[in-house]
Amino acid sequence: MITTSNVTKRFGHVEAVRSVSIDIREGDRYGLLGPNGSGKTTLVRMLLGLVYATSGEISVLGERIPRHASRVLPEIGALIEQPAAYPHLSGRANLRLLDAAGPGSVRRTRHARVDEALEQVGLAGIDRRPVRAYSLGMRQRLGLAAALVRRPRLLILDEPTNGLDPRGIRDMRDLLISLNESGVTVFLSSHLLPEVSALCTRIGVLDSGRLVLQESLADLQQPTGRVLVSTDDPERAVAALDGQVEHRDGQDLVVRSSDAAALNAALVGAGVRVHSLAVQRRSLEEIVLDVTGSGSDQFGLAVDLATAASAEGMAGE
Amino acid sequence: MIAVELFKLVRRPRTWISVALICALPLIVAIFIAVTHLAPPPGAGSAFLSAVLDDGQLYPAAALALVLPVFLPVAVAVVAGEAIAGEASTGTLRYLLARPVGRTRLLVAKLISVITFVLLAVVAVTVTSYATGVLILGPSRAAAVGTAPGGLSGGIAPGAGGAPTAGLQAGAAITSLSGAPLTTLDLAERVLGAVAFITVSMLGVAAIALFLSTITSSSLGAALGSLAALVASEILVALNAATAVQPYLPTRYWLAWIDFFRQPIFWRDIQRGFAIQAVYVVVFLAAAWANFATKDITT
Repeated sequence: MITTSNVTKRFGHVEAVRSVSIDIREGDRYGLLGPNGSGKTTLVRMLLGLVYATSGEISVLGERIPRHASRVLPEIGALIEQPAAYPHLSGRANLRLLDAAGPGSVRRTRHARVDEALEQVGLAGIDRRPVRAYSLGMRQRLGLAAALVRRPRLLILDEPTNGLDPRGIRDMRDLLISLNESGVTVFLSSHLLPEVSALCTRIGVLDSGRLVLQESLADLQQPTGRVLVSTDDPERAVAALDGQVEHRDGQDLVVRSSDAAALNAALVGAGVRVHSLAVQRRSLEEIVLDVTGSGSDQFGLAVDLATAASAEGMAGE
Repeated sequence: MIAVELFKLVRRPRTWISVALICALPLIVAIFIAVTHLAPPPGAGSAFLSAVLDDGQLYPAAALALVLPVFLPVAVAVVAGEAIAGEASTGTLRYLLARPVGRTRLLVAKLISVITFVLLAVVAVTVTSYATGVLILGPSRAAAVGTAPGGLSGGIAPGAGGAPTAGLQAGAAITSLSGAPLTTLDLAERVLGAVAFITVSMLGVAAIALFLSTITSSSLGAALGSLAALVASEILVALNAATAVQPYLPTRYWLAWIDFFRQPIFWRDIQRGFAIQAVYVVVFLAAAWANFATKDITT
């Protein structure tokens, strides 16, 4: 659906994107991660033919970009950084106007498509108020509706959850998953790891303009071969597990085991009361911080706290 | 896309407010003159104003002379300067281009929208001032036309306002005017010619503003930049030391439309005016296109 090979973009002396080769397949929910300023937006703009690559090749839906952009762009819905609309017009008028602009729109179905897109993003009830009176969240929803008006095969969304409240974020996620299940490929960029973690099937990580990782999330999050056990009888558990316990922190144990069910049976057999038992997987935070190395603070406070907590948990290792 | 741009033009309150303001100035002037019966003496004040008390039908020409130096170029610069820069600063430009609207197509649509605005403004002034002239100043009293269109300055010089001071000296240029009366049909033709000439002159302004609009994402910057170019041109036109470059300045022949009201029509400056504006339009539109078509859209 999207492939780039060795794409580089230089703005003057600054190399915003350095020799990036990404590959998004049909049916993916692909998340492009990276700190602010890592080149995500520049890459997205190059995919849409807004910014011209200094070198390298881009192909979207089988056509070269930017040369044949006009052939494929009608099949792509895009949200590029913030949504934008003419503030003195209503949301509906904005969608109709944008749909009427450029080729590839069927006038006969415009009314129905606009209504459908508004319905999908939860704005079915909007009245004739001008967009100027909209809240940030409503504007974001309208921006997504604009991306959906042409019933695209591919969605390219740059920071789609910006400005949304928790409810809006969940609505957005549900909508993207259901669109994806109906055959729409979703490519989104974000610096919010939990969002990508909850939504995407594959990820790419940009760091200072370079692609440092591209993998399916399921592969990245294989079990680590450890099980986290919480019990109010840790002494008896340690005795029963005989050397398998790698780390103990109060009632929480990290146990080396590739078979959680067998471990659970063993504990119950030894009369240990187990509160919780979970297969350990690497979090997206750990994965991303691992490959991006320095500059973890750029990922924001939430991640910092998460790392701090996990560093604390692993202190005994 | 053209329909979309025209829809945007028509739906913007600013379009109508600026047209209304441009039409309001001549109306105010007409009311003052009608009430006081004090038209400027021949050779002083804005062109044609001295004659309008004799013939209200001549008021469209006087009205155009009133709005040409400042009001019209300001409005045109604002609309054309906003064309691309405005879309860039609201962020809608990237969505239009990703739709996709071809960059050349967008520029052409914007140009047509600007031309429409210029025509709208010029025609609105002509029509409202004709009505004003006939209703407030009274119809023709069989006066000779062009007896004394005086004070032929082009002035967007600061402080000159609607009554610019003499630039092209009255006495020198006016004596060739005959006193032959014009029929209403004749007058209508000449007004049409003047409207066409002024529209083309304004397109020169529009082309400069449109070019600047593709460079910056600040509408205000593009509008003020093109006005600054006009002010500079005005200053040079009035400067004897700059005689060598004067024939190539955009505002040099701005007032040549007045020659439509001479008997016979004095074509030389009119033709030169059309030619120089055509050059400005072509050069700046080409520059605008070259810049916009190859530009990274990062706004």
